[in-house]
Amino acid sequence: MTVEQIVFYVFATLTILSALGVVTVRNSVQAVLCLVLTFFSAAVLWMLLEAEFLAVALVLVYVGAVMVLFLFVVMMLDVDFASLKQGFTRYVPLGILVAIGLLIGLYWVLRGEVFGLEAMPEPAKHAADHSNVETLGLLLYTDYFYAFEIAGVILLVSIVAAISLTFRGRRERRGQSVPSQHRASKDERLHIIKMDAEVAQDDESETDDSEKAAGKNRDQTKGETS
Amino acid sequence: MSLTHYLMVSAILFAISVIGIIINRKNVITLLMCIELMLLAVNTNFIAFSRYLNDEVGQIFVFFILTVAAAEAAIGLAILVVLFRSNKDIDVEELRELKG
Repeated sequence: MTVEQIVFYVFATLTILSALGVVTVRNSVQAVLCLVLTFFSAAVLWMLLEAEFLAVALVLVYVGAVMVLFLFVVMMLDVDFASLKQGFTRYVPLGILVAIGLLIGLYWVLRGEVFGLEAMPEPAKHAADHSNVETLGLLLYTDYFYAFEIAGVILLVSIVAAISLTFRGRRERRGQSVPSQHRASKDERLHIIKMDAEVAQDDESETDDSEKAAGKNRDQTKGETS
Repeated sequence: MSLTHYLMVSAILFAISVIGIIINRKNVITLLMCIELMLLAVNTNFIAFSRYLNDEVGQIFVFFILTVAAAEAAIGLAILVVLFRSNKDIDVEELRELKG
Protein backbone atom coordinates (compact mmCIF):
# COMPACT_ATOMS: atom_id res chain seq x y z
CA MET A 1 0.00 0.00 0.00
CA THR A 2 1.49 3.30 -1.00
CA VAL A 3 1.28 6.46 1.09
CA GLU A 4 -1.23 7.93 -1.35
CA GLN A 5 -3.55 4.96 -0.91
CA ILE A 6 -3.33 5.16 2.87
CA VAL A 7 -4.11 8.88 2.78
CA PHE A 8 -7.01 8.27 0.40
CA TYR A 9 -8.59 5.52 2.47
CA VAL A 10 -8.15 7.34 5.79
CA PHE A 11 -9.65 10.59 4.57
CA ALA A 12 -12.38 8.97 2.47
CA THR A 13 -13.49 7.05 5.58
CA LEU A 14 -13.32 10.23 7.64
CA THR A 15 -15.39 12.10 5.04
CA ILE A 16 -18.09 9.45 4.97
CA LEU A 17 -18.24 9.00 8.74
CA SER A 18 -18.49 12.71 9.41
CA ALA A 19 -21.12 13.06 6.68
CA LEU A 20 -23.10 10.34 8.47
CA GLY A 21 -22.66 12.39 11.63
CA VAL A 22 -24.18 15.44 9.91
CA VAL A 23 -27.43 13.67 9.19
CA THR A 24 -27.75 11.65 12.40
CA VAL A 25 -26.43 13.78 15.27
CA ARG A 26 -29.19 15.26 17.42
CA ASN A 27 -27.45 18.46 18.37
CA SER A 28 -27.36 20.97 15.53
CA VAL A 29 -24.10 22.56 16.67
CA GLN A 30 -22.43 19.15 16.55
CA ALA A 31 -23.91 18.58 13.10
CA VAL A 32 -22.34 21.81 11.86
CA LEU A 33 -19.00 20.79 13.34
CA CYS A 34 -19.29 17.38 11.63
CA LEU A 35 -19.87 19.19 8.36
CA VAL A 36 -16.71 21.22 8.98
CA LEU A 37 -14.79 17.97 9.42
CA THR A 38 -16.33 16.65 6.20
CA PHE A 39 -15.16 19.70 4.30
CA PHE A 40 -11.65 19.41 5.75
CA SER A 41 -11.24 15.77 4.77
CA ALA A 42 -12.80 16.40 1.35
CA ALA A 43 -10.21 19.15 0.89
CA VAL A 44 -7.51 16.53 1.50
CA LEU A 45 -9.07 14.35 -1.21
CA TRP A 46 -9.07 17.31 -3.58
CA MET A 47 -5.44 17.86 -2.72
CA LEU A 48 -4.75 14.25 -3.75
CA LEU A 49 -6.44 15.02 -7.06
CA GLU A 50 -3.99 17.89 -7.54
CA ALA A 51 -6.61 20.63 -7.26
CA GLU A 52 -4.61 22.62 -4.75
CA PHE A 53 -6.24 25.99 -5.29
CA LEU A 54 -9.76 24.63 -4.88
CA ALA A 55 -8.77 22.62 -1.81
CA VAL A 56 -7.49 25.76 -0.13
CA ALA A 57 -10.52 27.71 -1.34
CA LEU A 58 -12.80 25.05 0.13
CA VAL A 59 -11.16 25.39 3.52
CA LEU A 60 -11.10 29.19 3.41
CA VAL A 61 -14.51 29.86 1.87
CA TYR A 62 -16.52 26.99 3.30
CA VAL A 63 -14.97 26.31 6.67
CA GLY A 64 -13.96 29.93 7.19
CA ALA A 65 -17.08 31.72 6.01
CA VAL A 66 -20.10 29.58 5.20
CA MET A 67 -19.87 27.16 8.12
CA VAL A 68 -19.20 30.00 10.55
CA LEU A 69 -22.37 31.62 9.19
CA PHE A 70 -24.24 28.36 9.83
CA LEU A 71 -22.81 28.19 13.32
CA PHE A 72 -23.87 31.77 14.05
CA VAL A 73 -27.41 31.08 12.86
CA VAL A 74 -27.69 27.82 14.83
CA MET A 75 -26.50 29.48 17.99
CA MET A 76 -28.53 32.65 17.45
CA LEU A 77 -31.88 30.96 16.87
CA ASP A 78 -33.44 29.81 20.08
CA VAL A 79 -34.91 26.63 18.65
CA ASP A 80 -35.84 23.51 20.54
CA PHE A 81 -33.81 21.14 18.40
CA ALA A 82 -34.88 18.07 20.34
CA SER A 83 -38.49 18.52 19.25
CA LEU A 84 -37.34 18.98 15.66
CA LYS A 85 -35.83 15.51 15.75
CA GLN A 86 -39.11 13.85 16.69
CA GLY A 87 -40.40 11.49 14.07
CA PHE A 88 -36.77 11.08 13.11
CA THR A 89 -36.86 7.29 12.99
CA ARG A 90 -40.13 7.12 11.06
CA TYR A 91 -38.48 7.79 7.72
CA VAL A 92 -35.21 5.91 8.33
CA PRO A 93 -36.28 2.71 6.46
CA LEU A 94 -37.43 4.75 3.48
CA GLY A 95 -34.20 6.75 3.50
CA ILE A 96 -32.00 3.67 3.65
CA LEU A 97 -34.03 2.03 0.88
CA VAL A 98 -33.65 5.05 -1.40
CA ALA A 99 -29.93 5.32 -0.60
CA ILE A 100 -29.29 1.64 -1.30
CA GLY A 101 -31.14 1.89 -4.60
CA LEU A 102 -29.17 4.99 -5.51
CA LEU A 103 -25.86 3.37 -4.57
CA ILE A 104 -26.58 0.20 -6.54
CA GLY A 105 -27.46 2.23 -9.60
CA LEU A 106 -24.42 4.46 -9.21
CA TYR A 107 -22.13 1.50 -8.64
CA TRP A 108 -23.38 -0.15 -11.79
CA VAL A 109 -22.49 3.05 -13.68
CA LEU A 110 -19.16 3.68 -11.96
CA ARG A 111 -17.89 0.10 -11.58
CA GLY A 112 -14.28 -0.83 -12.24
CA GLU A 113 -14.78 -2.01 -15.81
CA VAL A 114 -16.08 1.41 -16.81
CA PHE A 115 -13.89 3.81 -14.87
CA GLY A 116 -11.16 1.49 -13.58
CA LEU A 117 -7.47 1.88 -14.11
CA GLU A 118 -7.58 -0.13 -17.36
CA ALA A 119 -10.30 1.99 -18.89
CA MET A 120 -8.97 5.25 -17.50
CA PRO A 121 -5.31 5.11 -16.49
CA GLU A 122 -4.07 7.54 -13.91
CA PRO A 123 -2.46 10.50 -15.63
CA ALA A 124 1.15 11.37 -14.92
CA LYS A 125 1.71 13.58 -11.91
CA HIS A 126 2.53 17.19 -12.59
CA ALA A 127 6.07 18.38 -12.02
CA ALA A 128 6.92 19.98 -8.71
CA ASP A 129 7.05 23.45 -10.23
CA HIS A 130 3.64 23.13 -11.89
CA SER A 131 1.31 25.83 -10.66
CA ASN A 132 -2.35 24.92 -10.38
CA VAL A 133 -3.24 28.53 -9.58
CA GLU A 134 -1.53 29.74 -12.73
CA THR A 135 -3.39 27.25 -14.92
CA LEU A 136 -6.73 28.14 -13.38
CA GLY A 137 -6.01 31.86 -13.56
CA LEU A 138 -5.12 31.66 -17.24
CA LEU A 139 -8.38 29.88 -17.99
CA LEU A 140 -10.47 32.05 -15.71
CA TYR A 141 -9.28 35.39 -17.02
CA THR A 142 -9.41 34.49 -20.70
CA ASP A 143 -12.02 31.96 -21.74
CA TYR A 144 -14.26 32.28 -18.72
CA PHE A 145 -13.95 35.98 -17.97
CA TYR A 146 -17.60 36.69 -18.75
CA ALA A 147 -18.73 33.93 -16.38
CA PHE A 148 -16.30 35.22 -13.78
CA GLU A 149 -17.88 38.67 -13.86
CA ILE A 150 -21.36 37.16 -13.66
CA ALA A 151 -20.21 35.25 -10.56
CA GLY A 152 -19.20 38.58 -9.04
CA VAL A 153 -22.64 40.02 -9.80
CA ILE A 154 -24.29 36.95 -8.24
CA LEU A 155 -22.30 37.50 -5.06
CA LEU A 156 -23.30 41.17 -5.02
CA VAL A 157 -26.97 40.28 -5.50
CA SER A 158 -26.76 37.76 -2.67
CA ILE A 159 -25.23 40.38 -0.36
CA VAL A 160 -28.02 42.84 -1.19
CA ALA A 161 -30.68 40.14 -0.80
CA ALA A 162 -29.37 38.89 2.54
CA ILE A 163 -29.12 42.40 3.98
CA SER A 164 -32.52 43.53 2.70
CA LEU A 165 -34.14 40.35 4.02
CA THR A 166 -32.82 40.70 7.55
CA PHE A 167 -32.67 44.49 7.89
CA ARG A 168 -35.42 45.69 10.18
CA GLY A 169 -35.15 49.46 9.75
CA ARG A 170 -33.52 51.88 12.08
CA ARG A 171 -33.34 51.06 15.73
CA GLU A 172 -34.55 53.72 18.17
CA ARG A 173 -31.38 55.47 19.01
CA ARG A 174 -30.35 59.06 19.54
CA GLY A 175 -27.96 60.28 16.95
CA GLN A 176 -26.85 63.37 15.22
CA SER A 177 -28.66 64.18 11.97
CA VAL A 178 -26.15 66.14 9.98
CA PRO A 179 -28.39 67.02 6.99
CA SER A 180 -31.10 68.52 9.15
CA GLN A 181 -28.50 70.46 11.08
CA HIS A 182 -27.24 71.90 7.84
CA ARG A 183 -30.72 72.76 6.65
CA ALA A 184 -31.55 74.74 9.79
CA SER A 185 -31.67 78.48 9.20
CA LYS A 186 -31.34 81.45 11.53
CA ASP A 187 -35.12 81.93 11.73
CA GLU A 188 -35.61 78.47 13.26
CA ARG A 189 -33.11 79.13 16.02
CA LEU A 190 -34.00 82.65 17.19
CA HIS A 191 -37.54 83.86 17.77
CA ILE A 192 -38.17 87.53 18.52
CA ILE A 193 -41.41 88.07 20.41
CA LYS A 194 -43.11 91.39 20.74
CA MET A 195 -44.47 92.11 24.20
CA ASP A 196 -45.32 95.01 26.45
CA ALA A 197 -42.75 96.46 28.70
CA GLU A 198 -42.87 95.27 32.29
CA VAL A 199 -41.87 97.50 35.09
CA ALA A 200 -40.33 95.83 38.08
CA GLN A 201 -42.41 96.30 41.26
CA ASP A 202 -39.95 95.79 44.06
CA ASP A 203 -36.24 95.24 44.55
CA GLU A 204 -36.29 91.49 45.44
CA SER A 205 -37.82 90.26 42.24
CA GLU A 206 -35.46 92.44 40.29
CA THR A 207 -32.38 90.84 41.89
CA ASP A 208 -33.82 87.31 41.39
CA ASP A 209 -34.68 87.70 37.76
CA SER A 210 -32.10 90.24 36.89
CA GLU A 211 -30.68 88.14 34.08
CA LYS A 212 -34.05 87.17 32.69
CA ALA A 213 -35.22 90.71 32.78
CA ALA A 214 -32.11 91.91 31.05
CA GLY A 215 -32.65 89.32 28.33
CA LYS A 216 -36.26 90.30 27.94
CA ASN A 217 -35.37 93.95 27.71
CA ARG A 218 -32.82 93.18 25.05
CA ASP A 219 -35.35 91.22 23.00
CA GLN A 220 -37.85 93.94 23.44
CA THR A 221 -35.55 96.65 22.23
CA LYS A 222 -34.59 94.51 19.25
CA GLY A 223 -38.22 93.91 18.44
CA GLU A 224 -38.99 97.57 18.66
CA THR A 225 -36.16 98.64 16.51
CA SER A 226 -36.84 96.06 13.80
CA MET B 1 -6.15 5.15 -7.05
CA SER B 2 -8.57 4.68 -9.88
CA LEU B 3 -11.31 7.07 -10.86
CA THR B 4 -13.88 4.61 -9.53
CA HIS B 5 -12.62 5.11 -5.98
CA TYR B 6 -13.14 8.85 -6.03
CA LEU B 7 -16.47 8.59 -7.82
CA MET B 8 -17.72 6.03 -5.30
CA VAL B 9 -16.72 8.25 -2.37
CA SER B 10 -18.73 11.09 -3.84
CA ALA B 11 -21.62 8.74 -4.67
CA ILE B 12 -21.70 7.61 -1.03
CA LEU B 13 -21.63 11.26 0.11
CA PHE B 14 -24.52 12.02 -2.22
CA ALA B 15 -26.51 9.03 -0.94
CA ILE B 16 -25.90 10.11 2.66
CA SER B 17 -27.20 13.58 1.94
CA VAL B 18 -30.26 12.10 0.23
CA ILE B 19 -30.88 10.06 3.40
CA GLY B 20 -30.48 13.24 5.42
CA ILE B 21 -33.07 15.09 3.37
CA ILE B 22 -35.51 12.20 3.66
CA ILE B 23 -35.21 11.62 7.41
CA ASN B 24 -34.92 15.21 8.58
CA ARG B 25 -38.40 16.37 7.74
CA LYS B 26 -38.46 19.22 10.22
CA ASN B 27 -35.17 21.03 10.62
CA VAL B 28 -34.44 23.56 7.88
CA ILE B 29 -30.83 23.98 9.00
CA THR B 30 -30.13 20.28 8.49
CA LEU B 31 -31.77 20.42 5.08
CA LEU B 32 -29.48 23.28 4.06
CA MET B 33 -26.47 21.37 5.35
CA CYS B 34 -27.49 18.29 3.34
CA ILE B 35 -27.68 20.44 0.22
CA GLU B 36 -24.14 21.68 0.94
CA LEU B 37 -23.05 18.06 1.28
CA MET B 38 -24.63 17.19 -2.09
CA LEU B 39 -22.77 20.07 -3.72
CA LEU B 40 -19.55 18.81 -2.16
CA ALA B 41 -20.14 15.36 -3.68
CA VAL B 42 -20.80 16.90 -7.10
CA ASN B 43 -17.69 19.05 -6.83
CA THR B 44 -15.58 16.01 -5.96
CA ASN B 45 -16.90 14.35 -9.11
CA PHE B 46 -15.97 17.35 -11.20
CA ILE B 47 -12.45 17.47 -9.77
CA ALA B 48 -11.88 13.72 -10.18
CA PHE B 49 -12.91 13.86 -13.83
CA SER B 50 -10.82 16.97 -14.33
CA ARG B 51 -7.76 15.10 -13.05
CA TYR B 52 -8.30 11.89 -14.98
CA LEU B 53 -9.25 13.58 -18.25
CA ASN B 54 -6.40 16.07 -17.82
CA ASP B 55 -8.68 19.02 -18.39
CA GLU B 56 -8.65 21.97 -15.98
CA VAL B 57 -12.04 23.29 -17.09
CA GLY B 58 -13.69 21.01 -14.56
CA GLN B 59 -11.97 22.95 -11.80
CA ILE B 60 -13.32 26.20 -13.26
CA PHE B 61 -16.79 24.69 -12.95
CA VAL B 62 -16.14 23.82 -9.32
CA PHE B 63 -15.04 27.40 -8.74
CA PHE B 64 -18.37 28.73 -10.01
CA ILE B 65 -20.34 26.09 -8.10
CA LEU B 66 -18.57 27.16 -4.90
CA THR B 67 -19.51 30.79 -5.62
CA VAL B 68 -23.16 30.03 -6.25
CA ALA B 69 -23.32 27.70 -3.24
CA ALA B 70 -21.93 30.41 -0.97
CA ALA B 71 -24.54 32.86 -2.27
CA GLU B 72 -27.26 30.23 -1.80
CA ALA B 73 -26.20 29.53 1.77
CA ALA B 74 -26.17 33.24 2.62
CA ILE B 75 -29.67 33.84 1.21
CA GLY B 76 -31.01 30.59 2.66
CA LEU B 77 -29.83 31.48 6.14
CA ALA B 78 -31.23 35.00 5.80
CA ILE B 79 -34.61 33.54 4.86
CA LEU B 80 -34.29 31.17 7.81
CA VAL B 81 -33.69 34.06 10.22
CA VAL B 82 -36.71 35.95 8.86
CA LEU B 83 -38.80 32.76 9.11
CA PHE B 84 -37.76 32.28 12.71
CA ARG B 85 -38.68 35.88 13.53
CA SER B 86 -42.18 35.53 12.15
CA ASN B 87 -42.95 31.94 13.21
CA LYS B 88 -40.75 31.48 16.29
CA ASP B 89 -40.00 28.05 14.87
CA ILE B 90 -38.19 26.50 11.91
CA ASP B 91 -40.34 23.42 11.49
CA VAL B 92 -40.77 22.68 7.80
CA GLU B 93 -44.06 20.89 8.34
CA GLU B 94 -45.59 24.02 9.82
CA LEU B 95 -44.99 25.95 6.64
CA ARG B 96 -48.32 25.58 4.93
CA GLU B 97 -49.61 29.12 4.63
CA LEU B 98 -49.46 28.90 0.85
CA LYS B 99 -51.35 25.59 0.75
CA GLY B 100 -54.81 26.03 -0.73
